[in-house]
Amino acid sequence: MREFFIKLGKIDRRVIYGIIALGVILPLLKPIGLPENITPPVKHVYDYIDSLPAGSVIILSIDYDATVLPEVHPMVLAVLRHAMVKGVRPIGLGLNPAGTGLGLDAFTKVGKELGKKYGKDFVYLGFKPNVSATILGLGENIRKVFPTDYFGTPIDSIPMLKNVRNYNDIALTISFSGSSLPENWIMYANARYGEKIACGVTAVMAADFYPYLQTGQLVGMIAGLKGAAEYETLVNRLFKKLGLKRPSVIAIRGMDANSLAHVLIMVFIILGNLAFFAAKYKEEK
Amino acid sequence: MLQRTIPLALVFIMGILTTIQFYIPHPISQEFYRTTIDWMNGISSMAIILAIGSLVKHHWTKVSRGQNVIYSSTTLIALTAMALIGFIGGIGQHSLFQKLFENVQIPLQATMFSLLAFFMASAAYRAFRAKTFEATLLLLAAFIVMIGMIPLGYFISPGISAFSQWILDVPNMAAKRGIMIGVGLGMISTSLKIILGIERNWLGG
Repeated sequence: MREFFIKLGKIDRRVIYGIIALGVILPLLKPIGLPENITPPVKHVYDYIDSLPAGSVIILSIDYDATVLPEVHPMVLAVLRHAMVKGVRPIGLGLNPAGTGLGLDAFTKVGKELGKKYGKDFVYLGFKPNVSATILGLGENIRKVFPTDYFGTPIDSIPMLKNVRNYNDIALTISFSGSSLPENWIMYANARYGEKIACGVTAVMAADFYPYLQTGQLVGMIAGLKGAAEYETLVNRLFKKLGLKRPSVIAIRGMDANSLAHVLIMVFIILGNLAFFAAKYKEEK
Repeated sequence: MLQRTIPLALVFIMGILTTIQFYIPHPISQEFYRTTIDWMNGISSMAIILAIGSLVKHHWTKVSRGQNVIYSSTTLIALTAMALIGFIGGIGQHSLFQKLFENVQIPLQATMFSLLAFFMASAAYRAFRAKTFEATLLLLAAFIVMIGMIPLGYFISPGISAFSQWILDVPNMAAKRGIMIGVGLGMISTSLKIILGIERNWLGG
């Protein structure tokens, strides 16, 4: 048995790659459908948006790029669906140049899906360089930071933004990112202007934001694919309640693959340790 | 003088003024703050032009010297082509620019990053060993958080999920907060050193 574990420790890495590939592909082809438990940080974001009166304006800051698309993009889609169906009007902007196209895709897709009108129900401003200057500038006058929207239309000719000047007119800002960029929103928009901030981040970044959740500087947090799946679950319940057609559930489908990959990695850790102890025992003997 | 004294003087004056400004809610102070932000936005836009120029110069030099010609010329061609396509055909949802972004850049970036799952699995198998007490502790914490982060953990027992959340809420946050306080103090001291001209590495050379 000991020899078996020692041999197992020297297994070719391509075998591991193959098992992981199967573990990811099979659940995507044949979903298991494990139920989602809703965690408090996700519920807080959902409840905050849900409590906003129709016509409120929120910012969705697209601060990620395609590297983290599978985790973060479903969050944006779910939050957009929730906001738009409640009559909350989202403004899209981005502090990551490689994320501009992703934001455009999400806003256009959900706007079309729910029959919302550009400029009246949602607006997309696009990318702006210099994170701190942009965030601080939005606290003074949105027109100075973004004189036009993404398509070059002057801000003043967009009906939705007629009465939007700064954070006083924006109920919530959600930063979606695969990095520590949401910290800038907390430091500049929340600390200086008292703007309510939430974030949607990759699972690997989530641990960094727990101190801000505890202090109340973050309204809530959507973390990783699991967070996205939880938000999709909540949005699905809302759509069902309103008698609307259930939107596509990318994150919920992906969670089965994610779960199996996690389980496989845990099995690999156990096997790796058994092999390590078997080899150590043999050496000592 | 142009390379050292003026930049140092500018940083000193602006550093002191913007620090003082934060504590003075006078209209002049507020106007100064707004003007500073406008300038920051303008300078950032100029910095992008500088960055593109620097990128082109770097890769052009490489191409002319015959170093990594394929990679550098691909960068230059992609940069020029995307800029031209965007300027000529627009950047809307159905534009060629957006189509190229969706069908070239997104798959390339997503594929590169998704390779991490394979490397992580392989690394976990070979390197995540309970060699010492600290390593064992880390291993156990990682194990609990991993299983708590997937629906399976909650499915087995809601207690696993709750314990995983406790690890994130208490020990993780305590360590994280300590690191953040340290980083914050470091940022303050470095900023002071830059404002007072003690730290001059940012001047280059």
